[in-house]
Amino acid sequence: MKIKLLMGNEAIAQGAIRAGVKVVSGYPGTPSTEVLEAIARDNKKDIYVEWSVNEKVALEVAAGAAYTGARSLVTMKQVGLNVASDPLMSLAYIGVKGGMVILVADDPGPISSQTEQDTRHFARFAHLPIFDPSTPEEAYDMIGEAFALSEKFSTPVLFRPTTQVCHACASVEIKEAIEIKEIEGFIKDPKWVIFPKLSYQNHIKIIENETKISEDFSKSIYNQIIGAGTKGIVACGASFLPAAEILEYLPNDVRLMKISTPHPFPEKLAFEFLKNLDEVLVIEELDPVVEENLLRMCGKMGLKIHIKGKLTGDLPIAGKYSYEIVRTAIYRFLGEKLPLDNQAELLQIPIRPPVLCAGCPHRASFYSVKMAMKKAKQRAVFTGDIGCYTLGNAKPLDMVDTCLCMGAGITIAQGLQRVEDDSKKIAFIGDSTFFHTGISGILNAVYNETDITVIILDNSTTAMTGHQPHPGTGKTMMGNLAEKISIENVLRGCGVGFIKKSNPLNYEDAMDAVTQAVNYKGVSAVIFESPCIAVIKPKTISHIKENCIGCKKCLKEIGCPAMSIKERKVSIQPHLCYGCGLCRNICPVNAIGGEKE
Amino acid sequence: MKVDCLLAGVGGQGTVLASKIIAQTAMNSQSFVRTSETIGMAQRGGCVVSHVRTDAKHCSSAIPKGMADLIIGFEPAEVVRNMEFLKPKGRILVNINPIIPVTASLEEVSYKVEDIVKFLRDIRNQVVFVDGRKLCQIAGSPKVLNVIMLGVAIKEQLLPFSKEEMLHTIQEILPQKLIEQNKTALEVGYCFEKYHHDKEAL
Ligand code: SF4
Ligand code: SF4
Repeated sequence: MKIKLLMGNEAIAQGAIRAGVKVVSGYPGTPSTEVLEAIARDNKKDIYVEWSVNEKVALEVAAGAAYTGARSLVTMKQVGLNVASDPLMSLAYIGVKGGMVILVADDPGPISSQTEQDTRHFARFAHLPIFDPSTPEEAYDMIGEAFALSEKFSTPVLFRPTTQVCHACASVEIKEAIEIKEIEGFIKDPKWVIFPKLSYQNHIKIIENETKISEDFSKSIYNQIIGAGTKGIVACGASFLPAAEILEYLPNDVRLMKISTPHPFPEKLAFEFLKNLDEVLVIEELDPVVEENLLRMCGKMGLKIHIKGKLTGDLPIAGKYSYEIVRTAIYRFLGEKLPLDNQAELLQIPIRPPVLCAGCPHRASFYSVKMAMKKAKQRAVFTGDIGCYTLGNAKPLDMVDTCLCMGAGITIAQGLQRVEDDSKKIAFIGDSTFFHTGISGILNAVYNETDITVIILDNSTTAMTGHQPHPGTGKTMMGNLAEKISIENVLRGCGVGFIKKSNPLNYEDAMDAVTQAVNYKGVSAVIFESPCIAVIKPKTISHIKENCIGCKKCLKEIGCPAMSIKERKVSIQPHLCYGCGLCRNICPVNAIGGEKE
Repeated sequence: MKVDCLLAGVGGQGTVLASKIIAQTAMNSQSFVRTSETIGMAQRGGCVVSHVRTDAKHCSSAIPKGMADLIIGFEPAEVVRNMEFLKPKGRILVNINPIIPVTASLEEVSYKVEDIVKFLRDIRNQVVFVDGRKLCQIAGSPKVLNVIMLGVAIKEQLLPFSKEEMLHTIQEILPQKLIEQNKTALEVGYCFEKYHHDKEAL
């Protein structure tokens, strides 16, 4: 037994390895990404691990493995589950043989997501059990429990850590032993074929199972009642630790219930908890799932208890629950006077939003598209997508007019074009997203004969989530070299009429490629190829020369973070500059030096 | 010993690694540690904050406002941004070299380090100012600011560890090829006063 400092995601990975998982698939998405990466890194090379092209594919790969009796894990974030929801809903009916855990990390805040959606609804919707760990060390134990439950009821099990668990680190006790499971193999049986009649029968079965699992959950060590009193507090998932810490500082008698398995709801335990209480405060991140369950129970059992939480406005309806939010709610609920915060008079400081990195090739790509349109005096709408390049929305580039979800840049452009064709529709998409859901949008545009231009920002990696490989990189997560899939050939295969490759750092060539593509009637594409700065070495760095006239055009046009203004003059910070050379194309008097020797 | 330490910096400054080193050093002396940090979009030139709490088995992983014993700031504005976490008599260690956000340059919002230094001096907490850029030059790399700051923190007894304990952690968790450089960085930080002759100028 070793005690290690592990991030919640790493703890889950260690727990899954210890539980004898055999196949792991996923698509990167913050805050879930490190789970799969840590399994790939830390296993004894006896686990198959892959980044799949998207979440639907990943879930189906894991399901196939579980049909054989092997334990499998699939990882994604909450928005990814939407992509995978089609197989998810059906798999809930079909079930599995080997334990299968579907890890979906939720992102309250949200810190880096399109939505805040609460995966616990999916558990209710699909009738699947779900675990909601409170701490990294609990997540480590719980994942093994999830596999066992999955096998006991032949059902996939959801596992939903939130950011405050995924990205928190804690001292975790690691056990060395790994569970060994006999794998029976796939046995042909009509039960694996989803068919209307079977679905009806299975629907009844999964509802029956929900009752049984609810009873199991009432006895689970992950749900507890602590303390006694006539007032009750329920804390779920990541809210448990702050709630417990706050109560530690207060003298009040409070009955605290920890809920880490929100569905099927552990009614027996909750009934035990509710007995003789007058008032209950429910603390849970995102939606009032547990709160509604308690309300339902009060109705069902005829209990007269005031349930407070999001629905009563006692806690915020959205966002991440910080310690302070939990504290305010608990103090108010218990009628305690809130201590005054040490409010020093603060100094005004500038905001610091995330931006495209210095030297990022996307900056050059966006700029050349912008300038090409400006030169042609052409109105254009820029449909954006999900990835680093979403940051093209920042000033001064201002190049994202729409952004919805993965792959939607290409399809939204088509809808816009159907209604107004007096402007050009230019869709941006990255290489990983292209393989994720970009291709089907391109097929649709070609098949339905739409006039759009697609700009593929190919930086040879999945940069936003930390440089995962994808089909275009020629690498797999198993460390093998694979055949690279050429984006150009895929586009050609889809029937795209005009395809041009260009290096965005070669300004003239890039503008020319864009102009030609936009002038083509039909589906055209420019593939901008230039690697992410995180995978290359900096080139000769740039500097501002003596003849600078101080017009600040370089800074104002592209907003490179390596540039700043010092004593009214533009300067380039040498340790930030990557030498991409974009600024050199912009200076009207050639005052930026640093040409490649 | 219970310590709540907050590290604040900008993406790319090694904030997360520094928090790992502190956490691991505490764990090596049998403490239950919790940390939490921002990971995600924020890293792209945005703010990065790391919370480290020792003896924290029954504590939330984020430090409550007004409860941090110490703030280590790799960038002056980031210290100000996180001041509300500091205890009334909490201590501050700050690198005075600013990283000016592009938005500030574009919108011509003023960013004056002198104002921040004055603000921090006026709050009557114990504040240690260091010229990180200069110390990085002495250590021979712009990338070791984080470990230099840890060296200073130990020298000033802001963290309850010895230099040897921290060095041991560095050797334990960093890849072989980075150890020498970070050893030097820790030493430069530890001897920072030697290089800061002109303390008033800071
Ligand atoms: S060359 Fe210019 S645009 Fe490119 S990273 Fe350096 S300063 Fe920024
Ligand atoms: S564009 Fe050229 S002249 Fe104008 S501020 Fe930049 S370097 Fe100086």
